[in-house]
Amino acid sequence: MTNPLRKRTVLDLSPRAKVGAYAIMIAWAIVVLFPLYWLFLTSFKQPVQFTGGTYYIPFVDFQPTLDNWKYILVDVGSDTYRPYVNTIVVGFTSALIALVLGSLAAYGLVRYRYRPRVGVIALGLGCTVLAMVAVVLGTPPIVAVVSAIVVLLILTRAIGNRISSARLGNSDISFWLISMRMMPPVAVVIPIYVLFQQIHLLDTHVALIVTYAATNLPIVVWLMSDYFAAIPLELEESASVDGASPYRTFRSIVLPVAVPGLVATFILVLVFAWNEYLIALFLATANAATMPLLVAGQVATRGPQYWYMSVLIVIMVVPVIVMAVILERFISRGILAGAVKG
Amino acid sequence: MPSSPTVQSSSGPASSEPGSDQDALDRAKSTDEWRNPRAARNVFLWPALLVVLLLAIFPLIASLGLALSNIQLAQGGFTIKFTGLANFNNLLFGAERSIFLGQFKPPTILGWVTFIGGGAFMAYVLVRYLRGGRVSPVGLVGRALGIAALTALLWMLANTLFGEGGRPGTLTVTILYVVLGTGLEYLIGLGLAMLTIQRLAGQRLFRVVFLLPITITPVGIAYMFRMLTDNQSGPFAPLFAAAGMSNFAVLGDPWGARLAVIIGDVWQWTPFMFIVLLAGLEGRDVETEEAGLVDGAGRWQIFRHITLPMIIPVSATVILIRMIEAFKIIDLPSVLTGGGPGTASESVTLQAFQSWRAFNLGSSAAVAYSLLIVVTVVATAYARLVLPRTHRANA
Repeated sequence: MTNPLRKRTVLDLSPRAKVGAYAIMIAWAIVVLFPLYWLFLTSFKQPVQFTGGTYYIPFVDFQPTLDNWKYILVDVGSDTYRPYVNTIVVGFTSALIALVLGSLAAYGLVRYRYRPRVGVIALGLGCTVLAMVAVVLGTPPIVAVVSAIVVLLILTRAIGNRISSARLGNSDISFWLISMRMMPPVAVVIPIYVLFQQIHLLDTHVALIVTYAATNLPIVVWLMSDYFAAIPLELEESASVDGASPYRTFRSIVLPVAVPGLVATFILVLVFAWNEYLIALFLATANAATMPLLVAGQVATRGPQYWYMSVLIVIMVVPVIVMAVILERFISRGILAGAVKG
Repeated sequence: MPSSPTVQSSSGPASSEPGSDQDALDRAKSTDEWRNPRAARNVFLWPALLVVLLLAIFPLIASLGLALSNIQLAQGGFTIKFTGLANFNNLLFGAERSIFLGQFKPPTILGWVTFIGGGAFMAYVLVRYLRGGRVSPVGLVGRALGIAALTALLWMLANTLFGEGGRPGTLTVTILYVVLGTGLEYLIGLGLAMLTIQRLAGQRLFRVVFLLPITITPVGIAYMFRMLTDNQSGPFAPLFAAAGMSNFAVLGDPWGARLAVIIGDVWQWTPFMFIVLLAGLEGRDVETEEAGLVDGAGRWQIFRHITLPMIIPVSATVILIRMIEAFKIIDLPSVLTGGGPGTASESVTLQAFQSWRAFNLGSSAAVAYSLLIVVTVVATAYARLVLPRTHRANA
């Protein structure tokens, strides 16, 4: 990096531009950091200092206290510890599942052409509705689901081709996936609750992991599609000429090149699962409760207890920030340029 | 090497070329069925589709059922009565109309300009479609429905937001949040991403700092902004006091409350745009830019004609995703402003949440379904009008 012969590149700015760049970046850093500083500060304030006026700097205009930290970490420590572990388990597992399945699907959608038949989709939808009506009318869920699948398979074989020959394309599949995120969670939490109640998985990690993986999959598919599409096709072509299977090409050629996108997407879905509140409120009552529930739970009858809340938020973001610091180095260039030339 | 056999690049046309048939045959012999490309395409796509399918279809249908019913608490449980479109009727024409759609008043000049401008654009799109020569009955009906819905939305905006004495309902307010929030977040996120790809000392530190807001749970952010906007103990309280406005509550003013929600939203979600665009920029090939620099192109020209086109596809995608997410905004209005004053800063999802808390499950589901319809129309229009232009290369 310190090679004196290095030629000036597009990435080097003139001195004047550098000053401007730093000015803007520092300005936005202040915008980002000041609220966080205030939050951090609040975690060291006593309630009376919080409500009594405005204090900016510890030791100068108020005496900080560790009482809040002691209360959260020691006095009610076991109530904090379990949600903390739950959040870590649920967050990382669901983010990994979403990333793996989503990347596979994104790659499929970028490199292959799918032509699902409208008729088959209509049949599937019809069978789903029938199965649900059957369950509402008292059929055991398992019987309903199994018979719906059997009926669907038979009908698809028998008349699937005849009812409608119209076909959809890749963009329709992508759009259907993203449309699954359009429904406000408020409207779907009750059905999801009933669903997991039926299969006796309420208040377990599995319920949260599956739900978060499914809700985050569309985002992974959409983002990874664009990152994969930006990879030059020649790379994969030369691999396939060498006789590599599609899976091998994907794993050893495509994935390494897509690392910046994978890392960015992983951070995003991790954060989404980490911070989700409403679904957790329904699916996790005690054993599987996550940190957002604990944060929101700090609202007492006399109003929000900001000082405890601040402690919880601070300890909650630490693992994510550590992840971001570790992963940030992988969002950088060089990998692609070398691969194409070689 | 365009003519080389590319089995996995496209299952259709390439494998029908002479020569590649032989290749495929050889490979089929050497590898088992599991490894052949035909199986691979299903292996890639289906796991994800199945997971989403299993978890998404049932709640979607079930909540439609709720939206069409009236649910009453009864002894030892509740009763569900099918009431058809009564919930929707109530929302669009009945008691909830003024909350959902707002107060309609004749549009001002600005309102008419908005309405006629939007209408003219849609007419242009329709004429272009009709002249394009690929008209199908389904496409025509779909476009007619979409244009009708968008015209109704525009009419609502013109009458409530730009109406003389009109009052925006939750739908208008939500659209406001979506448009201003997404727009600002994209511009700031792109600017920050462009700055942090330059070779600057401390670049990595800035990247992590810019990422911070998204790592905090939305409920927490909402309470944090409530602390910040408190005019008794917040950090800006002395400023208000010095200006003699210590009794002025920012959140008590309709536009002040909306602005506070938008500022919170931009603070929270700019990192989303930032990190996606950053990864897009870092994954690009700089050689074209180097060539442009050698040829004497200015920085702005390089950005405008080389860098920007490369990240247009990912930009279009991230704007669509963020738009869809922004339509569901709830934490900030719920905690920061409580939807107030009155319902001035209430979003559609918050409205659904309020009726849901009052155990009007049917009405809540109807609000949510109405939002789903609006988002679907807007997202479909976006996908039809914008994505084909931005994703031409891999379409």
